[in-house]
Amino acid sequence: MTNLVLVEHDNAAVKSATLHVLAAAQKIGGEIHLLVAGQNCRAVADEAAKIAGVSKVLLADDAAYANRLAENTAKLIVALAPNYSHVLAATTATGKNVMPRAAALLDVQQISDISGVESADTFVRTIYAGNALATVQSADTVKVITVRPTAFEAVAATGGSAAVEAVSAAGETGLASFVGQELSKSERPELTSARIVISGGRGMQSGENFHMLDKVADKLGAAVGASRAAVDAGFVPNEYQVGQTGKIVAPELYIAVGISGAIQHLAGMKDSKVIVAINKDEDAPIFQVADYGLVADLFQAVPELEQALSK
Amino acid sequence: MKVLVAVKRVVDFNVKVRVKADGTGVETANVKMSMNPFDEIGVEEAVRLKEGGKATEVIAVSLGPTQCQETIRTALAMGADRGIHVQTDVELQPLAVAKLLKAVVDKEQPQLCILGKQAIDDDANQTGQMLAALLSWSQATFASKLVINGDGTANVTREVDGGLETIQAKLPLVMTTDLRLNEPRYASLPNIMKAKKKPIEQLTPEALGVDPAPRLKTLKVVEPPKRKAGVKVKSVAELVDKLRNEAKVI
Ligand SMILES: Cc1cc2nc3c(=O)[nH]c(=O)nc-3n(C[C@H](O)[C@H](O)[C@H](O)COP(=O)(O)OP(=O)(O)OC[C@H]3O[C@@H](n4cnc5c(N)ncnc54)[C@H](O)[C@@H]3O)c2cc1C
Ligand SMILES: Nc1ncnc2c1ncn2[C@@H]1O[C@H](COP(=O)(O)O)[C@@H](O)[C@H]1O
Repeated sequence: MTNLVLVEHDNAAVKSATLHVLAAAQKIGGEIHLLVAGQNCRAVADEAAKIAGVSKVLLADDAAYANRLAENTAKLIVALAPNYSHVLAATTATGKNVMPRAAALLDVQQISDISGVESADTFVRTIYAGNALATVQSADTVKVITVRPTAFEAVAATGGSAAVEAVSAAGETGLASFVGQELSKSERPELTSARIVISGGRGMQSGENFHMLDKVADKLGAAVGASRAAVDAGFVPNEYQVGQTGKIVAPELYIAVGISGAIQHLAGMKDSKVIVAINKDEDAPIFQVADYGLVADLFQAVPELEQALSK
Repeated sequence: MKVLVAVKRVVDFNVKVRVKADGTGVETANVKMSMNPFDEIGVEEAVRLKEGGKATEVIAVSLGPTQCQETIRTALAMGADRGIHVQTDVELQPLAVAKLLKAVVDKEQPQLCILGKQAIDDDANQTGQMLAALLSWSQATFASKLVINGDGTANVTREVDGGLETIQAKLPLVMTTDLRLNEPRYASLPNIMKAKKKPIEQLTPEALGVDPAPRLKTLKVVEPPKRKAGVKVKSVAELVDKLRNEAKVI
């Protein structure tokens, strides 16, 4: 039994999500190989080779994988899959885009966003916005799986010394090409791996007002997130959205400000260790999951919080 | 250009879903059902393409039990031209849906298929990618903007983890919708009346030559662990004190 894990990276460095996927792969058991598909990404493969518990790194360095277009990357995975019992990736924009395409080409029913491993063929995943947990069993010869990073403790990034082996590219499909990207730049930690997250909702009233949260975030070394309503209203960009159809986070501390606590939002943050809610409506559902609830006007409470943190 | 839109009938997003006592699934009897919200966005996009002169016909397809026809009627009331219902009572998983949709695409030959990025019941986020794979078409998932170019390509802006990404994809194309693609319209009463006269073709998996049997076996469905109720604090000072000295997280 050997697992192949698709490494999440930006051609420069391994993203931490991969370390969590490896923890799931270890639970499944067997050897673990990593696949680095990208362009000019030798540094990523070298970094990946040092991750604890990895026995081999496959490096597919080719223009076809520069931006991990699904058409080309899935084709590569399909070419490699016959050697593996499990192919895994993180439930990220890339994992979600690429893996189902590979699964269909392999005639396999993918198991999406697992949060538990019961055995090599049985997995736990959430359905209905986290309202239910399903245990599912797969009889497919290759198991194609995406893994919810927050559900598994990361393995150590160092301690291993795997060999890096170049694999030949599977070819350019010519179906799609990369035009460009607008990625937000931030000095703050990434939302999905931050130790503390502070999120704002419709109650923030404007994008300007999110600067209040930025100030608190800077004091705490936190990432800033948002509800769908805040994103839809244009206060903050799409990548801030936490929830069923946004990002899943599970930090040590999650602070929800002016967020009512709709089930779709809770689905993205209710596994946080400590939850704080600041809301002026004492009946807001967010208080049902909050460890510490403060019924207050956020326009008073947030600046006060920033002050208190300076002390 | 023909556009095919997949519309799934799901438990309405406002319903508080309950797990069945016997652990076999969730309660769906006497529960409000609606079109998957991402599919409403899909129908809206297709209808706008038609209104903008880019599409000639919009076909809404739903797969599942008889009641899926209500979901198709909703799409017709929003402006789709006709419907296709693939009737089956078998539990459909994404790979089976993709195979059935492929068979429909082979018959209808659309240039664009629009699906939701995710069904809010199974939260799988697979079907569009699988359909594109089976058809050997390009795919543009999590779309927040679609521009059909004159040269047989489309530019699609996608919502990705770090922000937005734009790709150029050859037609025919499978696209999946994200929340910011558009705001779906409500069907007007006259359009709801008109929709009643629009045709819905009935098909079956057998007629399409597809075995829809599920691959994954659901062993059990349980409620997630509940969080313990917390406390209300009276002031910011108390909150900061608790976070520092009780929870020890700051
Ligand atoms: C298909 C689908 C997918 C979805 N996916 C997601 C998702 O991934 N993530 C997500 O978050 N939502 C998602 N939603 C939306 C979700 O259902 C809710 O609409 C949304 O979470 C509400 O956002 P909100 O809490 O910011 O706004 P509201 O529900 O409007 O709540 C605003 C809150 O702010 C409080 N408030 C207002 N002013 C103040 C003030 N001055 N001081 C203190 N408190 C104040 C109010 O009391 C209220 O509780 C989805 C919905 C659908 C249909
Ligand atoms: N039974 C179905 N009938 C019609 N469309 C479906 C069905 N199942 C899935 N889809 C489409 O596939 C999308 C993604 O579903 P999923 O992969 O299950 O998350 C949905 O938003 C629909 O557009």
